[in-house]
Amino acid sequence: MSKIIKKINFYSGIGMRASFGMIMLDLVKKNKNLIVLTSDVSTSAGLDRFKSQHKNNYLEIGISEQNMIGVAAGLSNDGFQVFTSSFSPFQTLRCLEQIKVNLGYMKIKICMVGLASGLVLGNLGYTHCSIEDIGALRSIPNLNILSPCDGLELEKCMYSFKSSNNSTYIRLTGGSPLKKIYTKNYKFKIGEPVKVKDGKKVVIFSSGAIISEVMSAVELLKLKNISPTVINVHSIKPINKKKISYFLKKNKFALTIEEHNIIGGLGSAISEIAAETGVSTKIFKLGVHDRYTKSGDYQYLKKIHGIDAKSISNKINSILK
Amino acid sequence: MDINHIKILSKNVRKNILKASLEAGSASAHIGGALSSVEILSTLYSEFISFPEKKNWHDRDRFILSKGHACLVLYSILLEKKLITKKEFLSFEKNNSILPGHPVMNKFKGIEFSNGSLGLGLSLGIGTAVALKKKQKSNKVYVLIGDGECNEGSVWEAALLAPNLQLNNLTCIIDKNNFQQTGSNKEILDINDLASKWKSFNWHVEEVSGHEINELIEAFKVVTDKPKLIVAKTIKGKGLVFAENNNEWHHKILTKKLYDEAIKNLNNE
Repeated sequence: MSKIIKKINFYSGIGMRASFGMIMLDLVKKNKNLIVLTSDVSTSAGLDRFKSQHKNNYLEIGISEQNMIGVAAGLSNDGFQVFTSSFSPFQTLRCLEQIKVNLGYMKIKICMVGLASGLVLGNLGYTHCSIEDIGALRSIPNLNILSPCDGLELEKCMYSFKSSNNSTYIRLTGGSPLKKIYTKNYKFKIGEPVKVKDGKKVVIFSSGAIISEVMSAVELLKLKNISPTVINVHSIKPINKKKISYFLKKNKFALTIEEHNIIGGLGSAISEIAAETGVSTKIFKLGVHDRYTKSGDYQYLKKIHGIDAKSISNKINSILK
Repeated sequence: MDINHIKILSKNVRKNILKASLEAGSASAHIGGALSSVEILSTLYSEFISFPEKKNWHDRDRFILSKGHACLVLYSILLEKKLITKKEFLSFEKNNSILPGHPVMNKFKGIEFSNGSLGLGLSLGIGTAVALKKKQKSNKVYVLIGDGECNEGSVWEAALLAPNLQLNNLTCIIDKNNFQQTGSNKEILDINDLASKWKSFNWHVEEVSGHEINELIEAFKVVTDKPKLIVAKTIKGKGLVFAENNNEWHHKILTKKLYDEAIKNLNNE
């Protein structure tokens, strides 16, 4: 078994949060000036081992995310490579103005890792779900928004952050274990969507762990001789407009599938590109339709919002009828 | 220490503030809260904050103006210290200026961070102080916040953290002029005894008159193993007779007539 396959299997087995902690252990070996800040979430972020092995590279801020972004910006401004982490709603909306002023306006560079974004914590209610993070952050200049679909892609996101001029928000989604999307290595670049599967007539744009539902839907559609193209838009901002426009033009129908409100997220980003480039492809936006529902487990909520494999497959069927 | 020199600097800084306010015209300026901070900055920049040559700029002490609306006091000091030019100074609030009504980060001009949204500066100061310690630098970090600014919850998040990190290279100064945008502290949100609150957070606390240079020097000189808070009791609009403790001058247009009167008063002091 190749090294990359072993890695894919390993990350898939432990899920994104634990993968984050493991990747940090690698990153710190390469950079002594790396420092991780958390707001009392070291266990949830898979960082307990990091915390005990690299005391000088770890800073506990306490449950105060606004302060965390400020402290992170101060450290980065003085030459440290800084990662912060908290649960996605608290890593983004709670400290949104600090993100705007310190990272957007001042262009101080840090990497924020939002844990358990989307609907995976549905049992805990919508205080802990995160269906607004992309929309809120997308309006702030000088910020990358990345939504990896699996552990391997998370690793690529974390390594790419260093070479970018901007602060980066990495949105972790999905549970544990995590379904594998890739079975071999591939080229990753911030801003560049990746074709996961070739098809015809229909193109699906998606990002994050929900791509596993998309791939399951693709399997269901095979039985009806329907074969959509699947594009992994891991980088929601920046986004290669030309490539998106190309895939839109090539297909009669397009779907955006996201674990986010359909307002402000991937669906909005794709629709904006279609409008700007004059593409007339009909776009269907699947995701949370601007509402808070009753809570429930991950699978239940995906079904309620029409983004589980069966709902996706049914939707595509009905579009093509 | 040459206290007279600091007094002269303070007078020049006040004149600068008034000049820029006059030049801003109808754009208006935050005058009251700039004037209350004059002696604090004059003392700091005369005796405690040193600027190395540009090639060693990373070895400077840091001043963070968290109460960013009081930017005119900072710009005026930076003008006196020749870090900004007269032309730049007089471009205050003009189109395409590097000196708008709230400071924009410009390291080599002496503006460490962009501020203006209240409650952000102390956290940045903590991050900077941690970084300096990790790099084993002896430079100090000074953060000026307002008493009205202490309404912001983020100030208290930062106040709680700094002693936990034993940041004895960090000094926070509260310009306690007793007013905020639309009224007195007592009317808007009574913050009561600030010194006790910060002491209970485990800061070393000094309380001084924010216009008495001797007292300020002594407070800044105190060596402690904790982060230090200086409550500087000040008068909003200090030095501008018609503006002292008159909160209308929080943000206001300075007319030529009033400017002339104010300069005359300062010259007669």
